[in-house]
Amino acid sequence: MPIREGTYGLLAEFDTPTELVLAAQAAYEAGYRRMDCYTPYPVEEAAEAIGFHRNNVSLVCLLGGILGCCAMFGMETWVSVWGYPLNIAGRPYYSWPAFVVPAYEWTILFAGLSAAFGMLAMNGLPTLYHPLFNAPNFRNGATTDKFFLCIEATDPKFSPTESREFLALHRPLSVVEVDY
Amino acid sequence: MATKDVKVNDPMLDPITGEVRVLAPGHTFKSVTEKISRIVLTPHTPIGWFLGFLLASGVATLVVIAVTWLFLKGVGIWGITQPVAWGFAIINFVWWIGIGHAGTLISAILLLFKQTWRNSINRFAEAMTIFAVVCAGLFPLIHVGRPWLAYWLFPYPNSMNVWPQFRSPLLWDVFAVSTYATISVVFWYIGLVPDFGTMRDRSKTRFGQYVYGLLSLGWRGSSRHWMRYETASLLLAGLATPLVLSVHSVISFDFAVAVLPGWHTTIFPPYFVAGAVYSGFAMVITLAVPIRAFYHLEDMITLRHLDNMAKVMLTTGLIVAYGYSMEVFMAWYSASHWEAFMMWNRMFGPMGWSYWCLIACNIAIPQLMWLRSVRISPARMFLLSFVVNTGMWFERFVIVVTSLYRDFLPSSWGTYKATRWDYATFIGTMGLFTTLFLLFVRFLPMIPMSEIRMMLPQAKVKPESEAVHEAGD
Repeated sequence: MPIREGTYGLLAEFDTPTELVLAAQAAYEAGYRRMDCYTPYPVEEAAEAIGFHRNNVSLVCLLGGILGCCAMFGMETWVSVWGYPLNIAGRPYYSWPAFVVPAYEWTILFAGLSAAFGMLAMNGLPTLYHPLFNAPNFRNGATTDKFFLCIEATDPKFSPTESREFLALHRPLSVVEVDY
Repeated sequence: MATKDVKVNDPMLDPITGEVRVLAPGHTFKSVTEKISRIVLTPHTPIGWFLGFLLASGVATLVVIAVTWLFLKGVGIWGITQPVAWGFAIINFVWWIGIGHAGTLISAILLLFKQTWRNSINRFAEAMTIFAVVCAGLFPLIHVGRPWLAYWLFPYPNSMNVWPQFRSPLLWDVFAVSTYATISVVFWYIGLVPDFGTMRDRSKTRFGQYVYGLLSLGWRGSSRHWMRYETASLLLAGLATPLVLSVHSVISFDFAVAVLPGWHTTIFPPYFVAGAVYSGFAMVITLAVPIRAFYHLEDMITLRHLDNMAKVMLTTGLIVAYGYSMEVFMAWYSASHWEAFMMWNRMFGPMGWSYWCLIACNIAIPQLMWLRSVRISPARMFLLSFVVNTGMWFERFVIVVTSLYRDFLPSSWGTYKATRWDYATFIGTMGLFTTLFLLFVRFLPMIPMSEIRMMLPQAKVKPESEAVHEAGD
């Protein structure tokens, strides 16, 4: 990863989710794309305002579930038919109805772990350092009661002065320049 | 605690519907966060907590002593013998795992049904699930006779080339319970991550910032993150729902696939699941009532929660009652005289007292919950939850013991009497459960802050026209 220095972005702070969503919508309409909202609880409208509509967590979960089911059913079949066949009261080696229960459990296990860890991986977590934590007002409010919009410096439309003026139009509590 | 009747003009009453509110009015994002995080971040641990911890951990040492003695002497120190080879260990295993089920039900099924009242109680109900599964998991491990070989139950490539028997319900249990434990822990932890972020930002001590910082994985509340997080939570809830139903069904298969009178019943899976939810909600109430009084959380865990939980208990209790009556009906209708004798023996045999305790605790007394005055009284619900948990323990006792001790042949009849080691292990696990729970209450936010924030009226994004109008004012 390249060493990053300089400005990460401009961080505007709002009091209510409505103000944040309006500002984010305006920013998207103005052509900004590399930006993110930060809220103390999920605000669906904020994600939509910045153009984030779909995620792949469900797909990863589905693939995990299929893998878990196949893995367990395959293992049961292999163990019972070839690996260690046990003749108990003349029951068939390949007793598929009896194999369903563990296969079902592993479907859920793999799907659940894929959903949880897939979500973390797609979110890029764990990341214990993030430039936004350098902004003191972010740490005081982002996980409590304040709503933030950050326009990132990597956005082609980003300009330290113009973007700041643009954010100021939406009457934020403050606009802070965040360093790496 | 005195019983409080709800008065007219009570701020806890919704003026339109007249129902008790789920959350007290007047809360802000900040007040909610402060109230919940202060319980954990305060440098002064309440003396009551210390007393509780001392008592609980003292009781928990019983399980350590009992298990140590068991490992030295073997399962002969217990009351199990022929024909009752399954005693307290299985009774307690099924009882504890059943208690866990309400946690998953609250966090998963009620989430899918968008029941926002669950938000105040889901975190500690989930914690309860995990600790109950810990206590439950102990019993199968220690009852196998040679517990140091219990890992043979897992399919792993070993030098002996021996593999487990996948057609056995006891092995299904291994997968059901281990999956249940894993998914419960993951669901719980994922739910905690945003709150760990809050704790990290609010912690005053360096140590707290490090620990909560590590646990929060760098959570910063990005909208993209939240959306994936919400999807993952819903998926986990969707997966946990069939899981919770399957776990207790699989446990009921342990019994139902046997040909023993009293166990060989197709009603078992649904009736076991309903019983699990019944006892689980009872345990949530047992925990919620003292906690809300001790930490003054009456504005978040309101009488509405008690009322709703009581209704769930009433419903599941009636399903359980249906199960009992079906057992009696089938014993008669099947015309199997072993079944009929088993039922008669259950009711009027030497252990008949346990059956009538079960009927009294699980069916008769809980009918009091039809009364609203009982449902919204913390003290009465606390007592009732004790009664139900006792009743559910008796249910497992009745199923295990009264089916086994008199089966087909009178020459093989026997009896069952638990020893003091049985009691020590059982009571010890209660201490273990309480100790773990007290640690949870002290070090982790017991009410999910981000979910409570979502319930506040100011959390909603207003339509643009309204927002512009307000700004103009």
